[in-house]
Amino acid sequence: MSEGHSTYTPKTGIERWFDARMPLPRMVYDSFIAYPVPRNLNYMWTFGGILAIMLVAQILTGIVLAMHYTSDTNLAFGSVEKIMRDVNSGWLLRYMHANGASFFFIAVYLHIFRGLYYGSYKAPRELLWILGCIIYLLMMATGFMGYVLPWGQMSFWGATVITGFFSAIPLVGNWIQQLLLGGFSVDDPTLNRFFALHYLLPFMIAGVVVLHVWALHVVGQSNPTGIEVKSKTDTVAFTPYATIKDAFGMIVFLFIFAYFIFFLPNYLGHPDNYIVANPLKTPAHIVPEWYFLPFYAILRAITFNIGPINSKLGGVLCMFGAIVMLFLVPWLDTSKVRSAVYRPWYKLFFWLFVADAILLGWLGSQPAEGGGLLTLLIGEFTGNYVGYAQAATLFYFAFFLIVLPVLGLIETPRRLPNSITEAVLEKNKGGSGHPAGATAAPETKG
Amino acid sequence: MSATDIHDPNRRDFLYVATGMAAVVGAGAVAWPFIDQMRPDASTLALASVEVDVASLTPGMSLIVKWRGKPVVVRNRTEKEMKDGEAVNLSDLKDPIARNANLPADAPATDANRTTPGKEAWMVMVQVCTHLGCIPLGQEGDFGGWFCPCHGSQYDTAGRIRKGPAPENMAVPVFKFISDTKILIG
Repeated sequence: MSEGHSTYTPKTGIERWFDARMPLPRMVYDSFIAYPVPRNLNYMWTFGGILAIMLVAQILTGIVLAMHYTSDTNLAFGSVEKIMRDVNSGWLLRYMHANGASFFFIAVYLHIFRGLYYGSYKAPRELLWILGCIIYLLMMATGFMGYVLPWGQMSFWGATVITGFFSAIPLVGNWIQQLLLGGFSVDDPTLNRFFALHYLLPFMIAGVVVLHVWALHVVGQSNPTGIEVKSKTDTVAFTPYATIKDAFGMIVFLFIFAYFIFFLPNYLGHPDNYIVANPLKTPAHIVPEWYFLPFYAILRAITFNIGPINSKLGGVLCMFGAIVMLFLVPWLDTSKVRSAVYRPWYKLFFWLFVADAILLGWLGSQPAEGGGLLTLLIGEFTGNYVGYAQAATLFYFAFFLIVLPVLGLIETPRRLPNSITEAVLEKNKGGSGHPAGATAAPETKG
Repeated sequence: MSATDIHDPNRRDFLYVATGMAAVVGAGAVAWPFIDQMRPDASTLALASVEVDVASLTPGMSLIVKWRGKPVVVRNRTEKEMKDGEAVNLSDLKDPIARNANLPADAPATDANRTTPGKEAWMVMVQVCTHLGCIPLGQEGDFGGWFCPCHGSQYDTAGRIRKGPAPENMAVPVFKFISDTKILIG
C-alpha cells in the first residue's frame, strides 16, 4: 500500500534542505498523514496506537521511578514504600506504572483478539503477526521482572515459581535455573539482574515495535471485511480520519486507566505484595499478575505424567506451547476467507475461545484443587478446579490444532462483497444508521 | 572468488576456514564471561555447613533452618506419623526413589530410606516443593505430611510426593547426627 509514489512535496526551504539529506519529514508525512487506511476500520483498530502510548508512558514513568528505587534485597521494599510516601508525586507515578502494565496487557489482549477475529494474521501479514507475538513475549518477560522489583511476598514467590519452570528442562535445567537466579534461590543477584533487564527490555520492545510498524506499512492494514484494498475509494487518508479516531479511542482508554489509577489503584494487584518478601514462608495462595492467569491455569492443569514426560515438565511445555500456538496461527488456519464476519462457524468458535481464555484466567486465580477431568466426567462438579482447567486447556489447544485447520476446509463462508467500498455502501443501505465506529464523511463519499 | 570451481582445497580455502574458525572461537571466548558472570558467585557458593541443636524437639515438633538460602525442616515425627509412613506400599508412590543424598541414587523410597539408620523418627529434608520451589506447609493435606499451597502438591509424613503436580519426593540433604542432639547439615 505504501509502496510506490510518495505524495510529499516539501514546501519550505528547510523542508527541502532536509528532504535532500535525510527525508525524515517525508517519512512522517507518508506514514502518518497521507498514508492510506481502509475506510471501514472500526474501533478495534485503535489499539495499535493505544499500545504505542502505553509503551511510552511505561518507559517515562519507569525511568523516573528508577531514580528512586534501590535494587538491594534489604532496601528494595523500603525504597518502593519511600516512593509511595516521601517522593513528590511518587504515589502517582508508581500507580501509573503498575496499573499501566495492566492496561498495556488489556490493550494487547484486545489487539490480539482483534487479529484472531478478523484473520489479520493471514498472508501477507504473517511476519507482522509474528513480530507482534515477539513483542507480546517481551512484554511478558518485562512484566514478570517488574513485578519482582518491589520485593514483596508475591514478587519473591512469583519469581521462585517462574524461574522454577526452567528446572523442569531435562539435564541442563538446574544449571539454567542457577544461571538465571545467580544462586540456589531467588536472592540479591536475582533482584539486581531483574532490575537491569527490566530497564533494558522495554527498549527492545520499542525496537521490535518499529519493525512491527514497518511490516504493517509494507502490507497495509487489514480491515473488518478482510478484503484487500483494491482502489483509491477503499481508503481514506490517515490524517485526519485515522488520527482522530485513534485519538478518540486513546482518550476513552485513558479515562478508564485514570479511573483505576485514582480510584482502584490496587484492584489489579495483590495485597500480599505489600508484605516484604520472606524466603521461609510461602503465601497461602500464590497467584501471578492477572494477565498471566490463563497460562498459569494451563501450567497447573497438567497433574499427570505423560509417558517419559513428568507432570512438571508437561505443565511447563503446555504453558509455553500455549504461546507457541499464537506464532503458528498463520499456518494453522486453512481458511481462504480472513474475517469472521463471513465465517459463521469460525465466529462461533472464536467466541468460545474467548470464553475459554477468560475461564482459564478465572481458574488460574482459584486454588489447584479437585480430582481432575476424569472425576469431572463422573460428576465431581463443585470445587473441581483442576478438572475444569484440564477441560479448558484441552479446548484451548483443540481450537488451534483442530478447529483452525479443519474449519477452513469444511466451512462454507458467506458471500464476500467485491470491495471494501461495496461492503460499506451495502451496510449503509440497510438503514441501520452509521455503523458504530465508522467516520461519517468517508462513508458517503465515493 | 571462484567458490564454484571444483578444485582441490587450496591455500585460500584453508585461510577462509581458519579465519572463520578463529572468528567463531573468538566470539565464543568474548561471549563466555557475559554468561559466566550470571552463575552463582563465590560468596554464594561458599556454603557453610549448618549445625542444628535439636535437643528441645519433642515428638511432633519441627524446626526450620536456612541452608543455601533454602529452608531445611528437622522434624521429630510422632509414632503415628512413622507408622503412616511405613504402612505405605512402594507401588503407590509417584516417585519410588528415596532422593536421599546420603544413600545411593537408586535407593527405594521406603520410610527408613528417607531417614537415617537408628534415628527413624527424624525427618531432615529440604522443605522446598519439587514442582516449582514453593515452601510446603507442614502437617497439612490428605496425607498428614506436607501440602504445597502453590499448586496443590501433597506429601506424606516421610516427605514423599503422593498427589499433585510435583514430580519428586522432597530432597533429603547430606546430614548426620554428630551427637544425640546435634545434626550437621551439608
